[in-house]
Amino acid sequence: MLRAILNKRENPDPYWNPYLCGIGLGLVLLITFLVMGRGIGASGAMTSMVAFGVDSITPSHAEANEFYKGYLGDGTVSPLKDWLVFEVLGVLIGGFISGLFAGRSSKKIEKGPNLTTSRRFLFAFIGGMIMAFGTKLARGCTSGQALTGGALMNAGSWVFMISLFAGAYLMAWFVRRLWI
Amino acid sequence: MNGPFYINGWIGEEASLIFALVIGVAFGFFLERAGLGSAKKLAAQFYGTDMTVFKMMFTAIVTAMIGLFWLDLFGVMNLELVYLTPTYLAPQLIGGLVFGVGFIIGGYCPGTSCVAGATGSLDGWMNVLGMLSGILIFGELYPLLEEFYNATPMGELTLDDYFQLPSGVMVFVLVMVALAGFWASGKIESKTPSKNEFKS
Repeated sequence: MLRAILNKRENPDPYWNPYLCGIGLGLVLLITFLVMGRGIGASGAMTSMVAFGVDSITPSHAEANEFYKGYLGDGTVSPLKDWLVFEVLGVLIGGFISGLFAGRSSKKIEKGPNLTTSRRFLFAFIGGMIMAFGTKLARGCTSGQALTGGALMNAGSWVFMISLFAGAYLMAWFVRRLWI
Repeated sequence: MNGPFYINGWIGEEASLIFALVIGVAFGFFLERAGLGSAKKLAAQFYGTDMTVFKMMFTAIVTAMIGLFWLDLFGVMNLELVYLTPTYLAPQLIGGLVFGVGFIIGGYCPGTSCVAGATGSLDGWMNVLGMLSGILIFGELYPLLEEFYNATPMGELTLDDYFQLPSGVMVFVLVMVALAGFWASGKIESKTPSKNEFKS
């Protein structure tokens, strides 16, 4: 069943023009501002999941921490009944649909040519950990800060965006064996 | 019209969550269509072989920015009511650098790792697991980090406020910067031979 759904074709459709996709994404963002009065995000949904997890295991510990408390609210509604959690659920569905119709969906591991699978997994995990830490320090990620704040001409978002590109370009040389 | 609709009470809580799901589907769809569910394509941005990340990101920013400017100007929505994350200069500067380092090591950002996972990339799911762990570590260390997290507060601050320019002028300047970036992207791509087989 799963194998039938995850059907990677021999020749997947080419990617769409990045400028065209950018306009599409920009309009999605604009409609979100118009309807909701807020932008899009991604890392916030993961934070809600973590806060929910910590609160489920040890409520007193979560209550004592201002960071988790900010995502748990007053306790009357589940932290998972959250705008960003629903949005990220949509991202998973949208990505899946696009990949499926383009013939790009299949079980795969994306890595540079000189990297073993286990090392790729290790670096994907470590990279995610570091990135999440930066996201939380900066109060948002590429979606919540760079895209949303970028369009709002938010000063802090532009600082974040410039320093994220600087950080990645500076680090790229040191980790070139991961990708080239 | 009187936007933002949710803030002005035109749509309720339940409807907003359904709307979130629909917006997410469109968001994920465009990310995948452009190829941003592929770690190799994302990483290629930082080796000069494929500038898709920059092109798509800045086209989206400029599109929404111009749209917001016009909607506000014609009174379709009140931009003052849109939530603006307050600026904290030092943690956002350092956070950006840390984020960039993690991005090139892992190959994804939070949204794109979800798209990668949804199209079957196991490394995408590993990245998501790493992020959840990173958030947990941040949360546990928060009492120690709190002081730096709240350092250098500058309040709700936009670039046009900071440079004391009319917002229309600031929009124009940023559009020009983006256009210069698109022109430079084309130059960079044509100079570096692409090793990316995903390039169409």
